[in-house]
Amino acid sequence: MPGDVLLRALDVTRRFGGLVAVDRVSITLVRNEVHAVIGTNGAGKSTLVNMLAGELAPTQGRVQLNGRDVTRWPQPRRARAGLGRTYQRTTIFPRASVFENCRLAAQAKSQYPFDWWTRAAHCHESSHRAERAIEQAGLAGQTQRLAGTLSHGQKRQLEIAMCLATGPHVLLLDEPLAGMGPEETERMLLLLSTLKPAHAILLVEHDMDAVFRIADHITVMVNGGVIASGDPDAIRVNADVQAAYLGESEAVGTA
Amino acid sequence: MDLAVFLVQCLNAVQYGLLLFLVASGLTLIFGILGVINLAHGSFYMIGAYLAYALAPWAAAHLGGGFFTALLIGLVLSVAFGYVLEWAFVSYLYHRDHLQQVLMTYGLILVFEELRSILAGDDVHGVPPPSWLAGSIPLGHVMTYPVYRLFMSGVCVVVALGLYAIIARTRLGMAIRAGASNREMVQALGVDIRFLYRIVFAAGVALAVLAGMIAAPVSSVYPGMGNQVLIVSFVVVVIGGIGSIRGALVASLLVGFVDTFGNVLIPQVAGVLVYVLMAAVLLWRPEGLFRAG
Amino acid sequence: MKHRHRTDSAVAPLGLALVALAVFPFLGGQFYVDLVQTTMILSIFALSLELLVGTTGLVSFGHAAFFGIAAYATALLSPQADAPSLAWLLPAVLAATALAAAVIGAFSLRTRGVYFIMVTLAFAQMAYYVFHDTKLAGGSDGIYLYVKPVLAIGNFTLLDLASAHTFYYATLCALVAVYMLLALVKRSRFGHALAGIRANEQRMRAAGYSTYPYKLAAFVLAGTLAGVAGFLQAVKDGFVNPEMLAWHQSGAVLLMVILGGIGSLRGAVVGAFLFVLLKELFQSEALFGGFARHWQLPLGLTIIACVALMPNGVVAMPARLRRMRTPVPHAG
Repeated sequence: MPGDVLLRALDVTRRFGGLVAVDRVSITLVRNEVHAVIGTNGAGKSTLVNMLAGELAPTQGRVQLNGRDVTRWPQPRRARAGLGRTYQRTTIFPRASVFENCRLAAQAKSQYPFDWWTRAAHCHESSHRAERAIEQAGLAGQTQRLAGTLSHGQKRQLEIAMCLATGPHVLLLDEPLAGMGPEETERMLLLLSTLKPAHAILLVEHDMDAVFRIADHITVMVNGGVIASGDPDAIRVNADVQAAYLGESEAVGTA
Repeated sequence: MDLAVFLVQCLNAVQYGLLLFLVASGLTLIFGILGVINLAHGSFYMIGAYLAYALAPWAAAHLGGGFFTALLIGLVLSVAFGYVLEWAFVSYLYHRDHLQQVLMTYGLILVFEELRSILAGDDVHGVPPPSWLAGSIPLGHVMTYPVYRLFMSGVCVVVALGLYAIIARTRLGMAIRAGASNREMVQALGVDIRFLYRIVFAAGVALAVLAGMIAAPVSSVYPGMGNQVLIVSFVVVVIGGIGSIRGALVASLLVGFVDTFGNVLIPQVAGVLVYVLMAAVLLWRPEGLFRAG
Repeated sequence: MKHRHRTDSAVAPLGLALVALAVFPFLGGQFYVDLVQTTMILSIFALSLELLVGTTGLVSFGHAAFFGIAAYATALLSPQADAPSLAWLLPAVLAATALAAAVIGAFSLRTRGVYFIMVTLAFAQMAYYVFHDTKLAGGSDGIYLYVKPVLAIGNFTLLDLASAHTFYYATLCALVAVYMLLALVKRSRFGHALAGIRANEQRMRAAGYSTYPYKLAAFVLAGTLAGVAGFLQAVKDGFVNPEMLAWHQSGAVLLMVILGGIGSLRGAVVGAFLFVLLKELFQSEALFGGFARHWQLPLGLTIIACVALMPNGVVAMPARLRRMRTPVPHAG
C-alpha cells in the first residue's frame, strides 16, 4: 500500500531556555518515499529527529505514528510500535559480533526478560530477523566478525541493519552517509532504494548530490524553522532556499 | 520553640551549611572540571582537623603565634599536598572510568585513615578555640551563642565570596567555568589544562582542609570524621547538581537547615532526613537543582 | 552456541574448585574451614554485585545495604527461643531485601554515572543510620541471633544449620546455586539485554527496550542475592551489627569484583578469595607484628597498585602477560 502516511509531526516546537531550536515544524512521512531534511549546522535537524524518535519531548506540537498520537510515548515504546532510527555517531556494540549486534536489536521484539532458562542465542525469532536484516543491509559475509573491526562504511551499514532487525515501518536516518567514500555512498544509496518500498524514510543528510538523487520530498530548515518543502525540482528553483542555503554550496544547482 | 531558640538553631544551620559548602564546593569542582569522583575528599577534611589539633600547640610554642598562624601553615601545606597528590595519583585517573576512580580514591582513604591512626592514635581529641574567640554573646534573656561559631560562619562567608569573585571575575575563573562544560574552550582561552587541573585539585583540597581546621574546635577530632562529611557532601552535590558552585551553596544550606531542625524537632529520625531530602530531589529533578554551567 | 568452547574451558577449573571446596572440611583445621566458609559467603556477595557492575555497568557503592538488611531481617524475624524454619525464614528475608532493593533502586536508577555511585552510597548510609541510630535492632551494639534455623518435615530434621558441617555444605550449595543462576541469567535474553545496556544504553532504547525496568530488575536481583550472603553471614556469626552495612563493606565488595576481573563470574569468586587472603596476610601478627593492627594501610596501597597496574583484574592477567610478551603497537 504505497502512499499511506506512517509518521506525522504537527507544529512541533522545542525550546531550550530562551533558544528556539525547532520552531513549529510539520512533517509527513509516507511509505515508499524518502523525505530528506536538509539545512545548515544548527538548523535544528537533529533536535527534530530526536523529537520524532521520542528521545526529546516537544515543548509544543504533536507526533502521530500510524495515525495514533504518540507525543507522550517514550522512545522504547515508539520503537516497538515500528519507529527505527540510526544515529549520526555510530551506536553499535563494538565487542560483539555483527550477528549478536543485530540479534540483540531484534530481540527487542521478543524480549521475554524473565525467561532465564532459554539461551539468548537460541531465540529463533530474533536470530531469523537478525539474519534477514544482515542480508538486507549487505553484510552477509561479515556475520561472525566483531563489530568493532568493521570498516567505517560497514559500521554504518551495521547501524542500519540493527535498525532493520527491529522490523520498523519508519526509518529516521541521521546522516547515514557521513564520512563515507564514493563507493560506500553508492552502496548505501542502493540499500536505501531497496528499503524504500516497504518503509517511510526520513533522511537527514549533508551530501546534497545524494539527497537530490534519492529524495522524493525535501524539507529545508533554517534556524529551527522550515523555509521550503517540496519535491527536489521545486526546491532546486526555490528562491528562498537558494538565498538562505544553496547559495553557500554551488555544487548542488544543476550538477 | 521561642524566637531565641529558633534564632540559635538558624545560626547553627547556617554555620553547618556553610561548612559543608567548603567541602562540597571542592568536591563538585573536582568532578565538574577534572571529571574525577574523589572519595578521598572527606579525608582532606579529617586531615585538616588533625592539622589544627597538631599545629596549634606547635605554632604557639615555636612561632609564638596561635590559631591563625596554624591556619596559615595548614593552608600552605594543604595546597602543596593537593598539588603533589594530583601529580602522583589523580592525574592517572583522567582517562579511567568511574569505577577505577572510585577504587583508587577508596584506597587513598584507607591509607590516610591508617596513617592518621599511626601518627595521632585512635582517641578523640578536643581542640581549644583561640582564647579571644572562646566567649559567648547573649541572645535574648537566657540564650547565648558561642563567638567561635560566628567566627566559623564568617570565615566561610569570606571564602565563599572569594570563590565567587575568582570564578566570576578572573581569567582563571573563566577557564573554570568553561572547563565545567567544555574542555576545548579552556584551551581556547589559552590556559594550560594540566595547570588548571592541578590548581583546581589543590584548591579543592585546601577548601576541605580549611573546613576541617576551623571545624576542629567545635567538633573535636576523631577517627572516621572525614567519611561522615564525605557522604553528606555527596548528598549536597547530588542535590545541587554536579559542577555547580551555586548549586553546592544552595544545597549545603538546605541540608544544614534540614539536619539542624530535624535534630531539634524530630530527633528519632534526624539521621535519615537529609537522605529523604535527597530522594525527594531525585524524584523531582534527577540531575540536581542546578545543572553545571 | 557461538561461545561453547569458552564455557567448556571454564568447566574444568570450576569443577576442580568445587571438589576442593567439598573435601576441604576433611583436610583443613577448624580455623581454615571457618575462613573458607566466610570466603564463600563473600563470594556470593561479590557475585551479586558482579551482575550490577560487570554485566549491567551500574557501579553501585551501596551494595552492603542489602547484605546488612538481610542480616538484620534474619535476626529480627527469628524467634527468641525456638529454631525458625528455613522454609519460611529464608524466603521472608529475601523478600524483605528485594523490597528494600526495589525502593532504593527505583530512586537511584533515576540517575546515571557518577550520580548513581554517590546516590547508592548515600542510600546505603541512610540504611546504616536507620540501624545505628534507632532502637529498632539494638542500635550501634547490634543484635544477637540465638537459635539457628533448621529445615524439618514433621519431626524429621533435614538440615540443621547449628551443625557446623551441615552449614558449611549449605553455604557451598548456596554458592553453587547463585553461581549457576547468574550463569543462566547472563546467557539468557535478559542477560544479553543487560550487556547491551552496559555497552550502549541509547541504542537499546532506540531498538525498543525500556531500559529502566531492566536495570531495576537487575538491581533487585543483585540486592536479593546479596541478601542470600547476608542471611548466611548472620546465621554464621549469630550476631549482626551496623558495620555490616557500613560503606567500607560496600568498598570491599567492589574491590573483590574488580580484583578478580570485571565481567566474569569466576572473577568475582577469585576476587573474594584474594580479598580474604590479602586481609589475612596483612592482619597476620606473625608477619607484621604490632603493625598488623594497621592492616588497611597495605590493603589501601594494594588497591592503588591494582588500579594502576592491572585495570582488568587478576582473571585477565594471563592474557595481558601474553600480550606483553608480543609487543603491540599503540598498546596503551
